[in-house]
Formats: sequence, structure tokens, C-alpha cells
Amino acid sequence: MLTGKQKKSVGTVPTQFFHFAHPRQPFMLASGQKLGAVTVAYETYGTLDEDGSNAILVLHALTGDAHAAGYNEGNVQPGWWDAMIGPGKAFDSEKHFIVCSNVLGGCRGTTGPSSINPATGRRYDLDFPLISISDMVEVQRHLIDHLGIRRLRAVAGGSMGGMQGLEWLARYPDRLKSAIVIATAAKHSPQQIAFNEVGRQAIMFDPLWQEGRYDGKPPAKGLAVARMIGHITYMSEASMAEKFGRRIHDAGRRHKFSRGFEVEEYLHHKGSRFVERFDANSYLYITHAMDSYDLSRGKELHQVFAGLEAQMLLVGFRSDWLYPAAQMRELARACKRAGADATFCEIDSTYGHDAFLLEVDELSHLIRHFLQKVAREPYEMRSEAP
Amino acid sequence: MTPEILRPDYQVILQWIGPGASVLDLGCGDGELLELLVRKRGARAQGIEISEQAIFQCVAKGLSVFHEDIDHGLTGYGERSFDFVILNQSLQQVKQLDTVLQEALRVGRQVIVGFPNFAHLRARSQIFFLGKTPVTPALPYQWHDTPNLHFLSLVDFVSYCRARRISIDRTAWIGRTRRVILLPNLFAVTGLFLVSMPL
Repeated sequence: MLTGKQKKSVGTVPTQFFHFAHPRQPFMLASGQKLGAVTVAYETYGTLDEDGSNAILVLHALTGDAHAAGYNEGNVQPGWWDAMIGPGKAFDSEKHFIVCSNVLGGCRGTTGPSSINPATGRRYDLDFPLISISDMVEVQRHLIDHLGIRRLRAVAGGSMGGMQGLEWLARYPDRLKSAIVIATAAKHSPQQIAFNEVGRQAIMFDPLWQEGRYDGKPPAKGLAVARMIGHITYMSEASMAEKFGRRIHDAGRRHKFSRGFEVEEYLHHKGSRFVERFDANSYLYITHAMDSYDLSRGKELHQVFAGLEAQMLLVGFRSDWLYPAAQMRELARACKRAGADATFCEIDSTYGHDAFLLEVDELSHLIRHFLQKVAREPYEMRSEAP
Repeated sequence: MTPEILRPDYQVILQWIGPGASVLDLGCGDGELLELLVRKRGARAQGIEISEQAIFQCVAKGLSVFHEDIDHGLTGYGERSFDFVILNQSLQQVKQLDTVLQEALRVGRQVIVGFPNFAHLRARSQIFFLGKTPVTPALPYQWHDTPNLHFLSLVDFVSYCRARRISIDRTAWIGRTRRVILLPNLFAVTGLFLVSMPL
């Protein structure tokens, strides 16, 4: 195993753009609605093998983007999964060709509600059609075709990225050798929907939201509150107690009723940072897609996995209360019933849902070895040469 | 190359499992046996294990494994999902032994059960001469700090199977250094049973 010092960054990487669909040949959404043009922002790390067999599609969560590893020119912020992607890391860019794209409905380069509607020349805002997790996967499939990848070695993601991974398994089982699905659910529970609805209400109650037509003056307060709620659910009681305790922050009190606790300051900081990079309408569209998602599609879950050849690595975290490990266990049980080849591990982490970004050592161990197994060519019986 | 020296119970299990069989190992630990079955028998292997560290070791060996306790590990599997279900040195540690064994017989065509013989000569003499709960290489735990919940002899298991109409298809008795033939309930440290539920 490489030590920390030997693990290198993928270095400076450009975000690239792929365009498809046309008003006369639109992209059809699962709902039947159409998009006349789609742009996909994506990044790649490593080199695609000549036979195109070493590609891994990394799938981001609710507020992630195409920038998964390394650095963009003139930006000091590493990619959101930089600890996991790079030379010698879990997703080893010297062995695999790793692709990450921003999801449909996003605001980080891929077409979404803040994009310009070619029909009107103005932002879509709420004219943007409602999208689904399977639409996101369909857009990724177009990108994979464009990159000349026939069969992915793996799809991998946590949280909403895990949902996309599951959707890939259901939709294109013969186009992937494996799926790494972390801290997610086959469908949202009422609790998960409830947290998202409170986030959406915070945005929509902000007077600046203006029915989504806030060009230039976004509902920053509402979006920040949505993000604050999100961050509470991403941590655990134990990780909050350890990180903040009841310590008072130097910055002091923000309002009369605040004691200036560090946890308050942290949430405000996360909220205000978030509004600099995220579009409020995208938040509404994407959370709606997550809440609507149901992998089982009215069937029994194990029927979705029946006959599946792709191998699965399922990982949950004990302290995750947003996506409780029980939801991952339910997926594992469906794999058993379907006879699918799967590994399920529940990591004893205190980080809560954030663990999928923070439990680097444990996840790296599991993912590295799992990918080694997947990459190994299937054993072939060869007749003795004469 | 020197021949691999295998644990005697693994040798027996390798003999019993044919090439290409599907195998579920309940309480597979670090996956040593499963890896052996994949390597030497081309088995389609699945493990169930409760220890997180052991899971990591299984994954490093390229095994597929579920992180669960044995008592809940079998629910979800369809009938006769595996050619063999293995309960080697784990039966004595499950809470609901009856349920687990019935479930194993439902999920597997055949079940391999291996456990330390509580009626082994050495254990008997410790009880008889010292008046103490035995501590032996096969039963290495003190009475107050043991994962073992059930203490059974080979004869106990045979009568258990008879009472529940479980068919005993093969047996192997393992002593301290070699296989035991005579008086197994006295001389065998470990008993291995290949059992099935007649249709």
C-alpha cells in the first residue's frame, strides 16, 4: 500500500463539455418532456485503455459536480473525492480511466434550470421540466457513448450518487461490470423526504425566490437555510459533539438569541459558502428527483436484481441517520434473494452521512480490492495447445 | 514446492465439496476456508461475517461477503440457493441454534456443521478430576468469558438430528493429531457432519 506521501494528485485538470440533442432531435425525458439541447460538464482522470475496458464512472451527490479530483486552473479547491481518486488511491488513475460529470438539472456546467432556454434566450428557471434520477443516468449514458466506452468497469457513488449507481444497474445492467453503491437508498423514506421538503420550503419562502425568476438576485437566505438543514443531517450526534461541543466561537453572536456556539457559526459558514456556488432552483429540481426515485418501480426489489451479472459493493455507515445502514442492508437482502454477487459492509464510523467522504482508509481498502477483483479477467478454460 | 499443509477440518471440507459448487460460509471469519474453496474447487463462494476487520480481510482476498450476524444472515435467501451451507466452528456461538440450522437446511442442499466436542476425553477428565469447566485447545475460553453459547457432544448432535429427521450423510472425527475412528465421542476433538433435510 502506498503511504500518504506517495499518493499523488491527478494535478491540474480541465472541465470539459459535451453537447448533444437538438430542437429537431430533442433529448426525451422519462416524463415525456423534451430538452432541445443538453450540455454535460465532465472531467476525466487517467487514460482509457485501447480496448476501452478500464473506465469507471463516478457519480456525485446532491450538491457535487464534475470536479471530483485534482485542481482546476486557478482554483485551490481540490475535487470533492480527491482523497479517493488519483495515482495510487482507491480509484487509481494509473489503472483506471475515471469519468465524473455534473448531473442533469445541476448548476455546475450541465444543463439545468439556470441554463439558457434556446427557445426563449432566457434562463429556464421553472420552465425547466422536472427531471428524474433515470434522466440523469440517461445523460451519463450519452456521455459514455461519446467517450467510446462500451462497458464500464464500475459505476461508483454515495448518497444521490449511489442512487444513480442503482439506476445504472437497473437500466443498463449489461453495460457495467460492477457497481459501488455507498450510503444510499432504493427509495427515500418519509424522513428523508421531510428534510428535503423543509429545505425546499426555506428556498421558496425567501421573498427573493420570486417563483423561481430571481435572475441576478438569488434567494440566498433560503438556500443557506436549506444547506444548514442538510449539514445537520450529514453529521451525527457524536461527530457534532466532538467537532463543536458547546464551545463559543470567537466571532461572537449573530443575533440576540444566539449564544455564538461554534455549531451555529459552522452552519452559517456552510450556508453562506454554499450560495456562492449553487443555484436555488437546481436544489429544488434535484431534491425532487431524489424524493421521487424508486428503484423497485412497484416490483419487489429483488426482481430488479434478478439475473444481474454485475458485481456489487454495498457500503453503509453505522452512524448515518440520513441514509441509515438498514436501507443498505435492504439492498443487500435483495441481492441475496436475487442471487446477485454482492459484498455488503457496514463501517463502524461516527461521521454520520459525511462518512462517505471522510472514511477514506476503510473505503479505500474496500474499493481498491473490489476493483482488483472486478478488473481481473474472468477465468477462461483453455484447451492445451497441440 | 512444498505441499500446503491444511487444517484437518479444511481437508475434510475440501473432500466433501465438489468442483464448481456454490457455497455459503456462515461466520466465515477472515475468509481462509472460502478462499481455499475458490482456489482448489472453483467454488462460487459467499461469506457472512459479523466482524468488520474480518470483512476487510475477506474483501482483500477477493471474496464476496455480507456484514451480518449468523442469526439474521440467512433470511432473504431463497430455498436451496446454495449447494453447501457451512457452519464450521460457529454453530456453538449462534443464539437461535434451532432456527439457524433449519434455515441453513432450507437455503443449502447440504449443510456442513463442525464444532468442538464437549465430551472429548480431555474435557471430561477436567470436569471429573478437577471439577472445573474444561479449558482445552478446542474449547480455549474461561467459563465467564466465552463466545460459546452451546456446549454439545458428537452424540448430542446425532440425537438432535435423529429427533428432527435430519439426515446425516457423512461424518468425520478429528483428534488432536489425526482422524479418529474408534470411540469418536471420547477421542475426537472436533466433529464434522454433512447433513441434509430429506425432501
